[in-house]
Amino acid sequence: MLNYAIRRLLQAIPLLILISIILFTILHYMPGGPLAPYMQNPHITAADIARLRHNFGLDRPVPIQYLSWLGKYLTGDWGWSTMNSTTVTEAIGERLPATLLLMGISYAVAISVGLILGIVAAVRPYSLVDYFVTTFAFFGFSMPVFWLALMLQMMFSVHGLHWQAFGYQVDYSLPSAGMTDTEGGGIADRIRHLVLPVVTLALLQLANWSRFTRASMQEVLHTEYMRTAAAKGLPFMRILFKHGLKNALMPVVTITALALPGLFSGAIVTESIFAWPGMGRLFYTALQQQDFALLMAFLVVSAVLVVAFNLIADLAYGWLDPRVKYD
Amino acid sequence: MQDAFAVDALAQPAAGPVYDTDEFVQARHQTWRKFKRHRLAITGALVLVLTVLGAIFAPWLSHFDPNAIDPHWQGQPLAPGQFGHWLGTDEIGRDLYTRILFGARISLTIAFSVVIIEVMLGTLVGAVAGFYGGRVDGLLMRLTDAFLSIPLLPLLLVLSGIVAATSSKASLNFFSIVVIIGLLSWMNVARLVRGAFLSLREKEFTEAARAIGSGDARIVIKHLLPNAVAPIVVQATLDVGGVILLESVLSYLGYGIQPPTASWGSMLANAQENITIAPWAAIYPGLAILVTVLAINYMGDGLRDAIDPNVQ
Repeated sequence: MLNYAIRRLLQAIPLLILISIILFTILHYMPGGPLAPYMQNPHITAADIARLRHNFGLDRPVPIQYLSWLGKYLTGDWGWSTMNSTTVTEAIGERLPATLLLMGISYAVAISVGLILGIVAAVRPYSLVDYFVTTFAFFGFSMPVFWLALMLQMMFSVHGLHWQAFGYQVDYSLPSAGMTDTEGGGIADRIRHLVLPVVTLALLQLANWSRFTRASMQEVLHTEYMRTAAAKGLPFMRILFKHGLKNALMPVVTITALALPGLFSGAIVTESIFAWPGMGRLFYTALQQQDFALLMAFLVVSAVLVVAFNLIADLAYGWLDPRVKYD
Repeated sequence: MQDAFAVDALAQPAAGPVYDTDEFVQARHQTWRKFKRHRLAITGALVLVLTVLGAIFAPWLSHFDPNAIDPHWQGQPLAPGQFGHWLGTDEIGRDLYTRILFGARISLTIAFSVVIIEVMLGTLVGAVAGFYGGRVDGLLMRLTDAFLSIPLLPLLLVLSGIVAATSSKASLNFFSIVVIIGLLSWMNVARLVRGAFLSLREKEFTEAARAIGSGDARIVIKHLLPNAVAPIVVQATLDVGGVILLESVLSYLGYGIQPPTASWGSMLANAQENITIAPWAAIYPGLAILVTVLAINYMGDGLRDAIDPNVQ
């Protein structure tokens, strides 16, 4: 197991180098390259550009530039963000908590609701819940995220909720943008702002995961050991959760771990629509401002996350399922 | 559509000397029967055919011009039903129904073109890797892994950003978007084809073909590829839906099809700001995307069930 883990880690290194070369090459051909933001400034002359180019080392051959970038990147120097006038690490550090908050909550909501729906659908096949889960999954695959976000905004922010209960008229609408009100606000305010982006992100993931849990659970329900447990006279709930769920979850863990880094880039759309001050929106603004260093850092970090979570998913599978043997 | 079933994994139709016409025809009927049983898949196929017809006959299905501003427009979007705009107009008075029809042309053409590119590229990479194996395979698969590890949407945005910045945003036309998405989505097909080829090249009919003196190219094209078509068809079908979604996100974010050209995504680009005055302009283009992609996904699911010999 340890040998396997070390070998996989060593294999990941050339893969990551290949990825970074691809990314560096692509970004290198960005017009103007890292100096693009300066070129639009009328006060900066051609001579200034030439001097900047020399000072930043951009007149050196591309492979040399790549190696120097790699060396700096590995030592934590991710470059200068021209758009924020700070270092890239500072700019990212400032935005990361908001993204982690949004991602973490929507991930937790999606996993818990998805699991419950999936289990119920597997235990009661051809029931209403089962049909709902299957249909819902297809809608989840086919839904444009940004359109779902727009529709939710229209329903809950623009129109709001208006209903009568116990003689009171309830009028309530959810904020459609930002993380807090202008005055700041407390925890209740924060939650109000979280609802719509979390629902948007969670709905699409849980559509996928409930279908997956259903399939996995259904496979387990038909195994011999489940029948044995039932024959021993164990209560249904105990069989379901102790024997069934534990085994059914193993592939689910893999698929959810593999999806985690995708959330990071999926945040671009959701954060842009809900004006959420996180990494996704930072990336989108960096794109418009041609902030070379920030774009490169974002792409490399997301690729590293993908490779890392692939590895984690593989190792977790072996750890959860003793039947899996590594050689 | 029916051509998709002409080659079936069950039948191995082009397997050289072992060619049994009866068996092939029978398997083909079985595939078609299984697909027909899948009612949602049939509905999906019908919806897709209708959408394609709507796109082809767009100019005859509406008497409005997709880019013309209605003479009645006075700064306010026209509501559904006003002056013959049965889905209303957008914020600058262009007929929504017409733009959705013309948008279907762009969105569907992009999706089909990208899938053609991705299938060709993916088949090429996968075929070379699977047929030759060894170091070539190792190298090509590492490259595939690398491309798979880079999150697609951010990379697409950066590439479109580069194209937009090199000349002008208007250069982000149909062609550049097709090429950019196509160059970044061949990886799944490559893996499928490689997997199929790795097992097919060990089969007896490959050996037989080699024994009678067939060259590599002939073996690949005449004997291996026809047997790998089924999984490619399923993947390609599902990817048509995926590309429609991708193009819509790109255009929505302003890095895809540029105004005034209508694509389903670009129609939604201004929808957020105008959501209070023209909610219909936000609803209908999105519905068009949802319904079309849903139809394609149900169709792809039905195809998979029909083609996969493991699913009964």
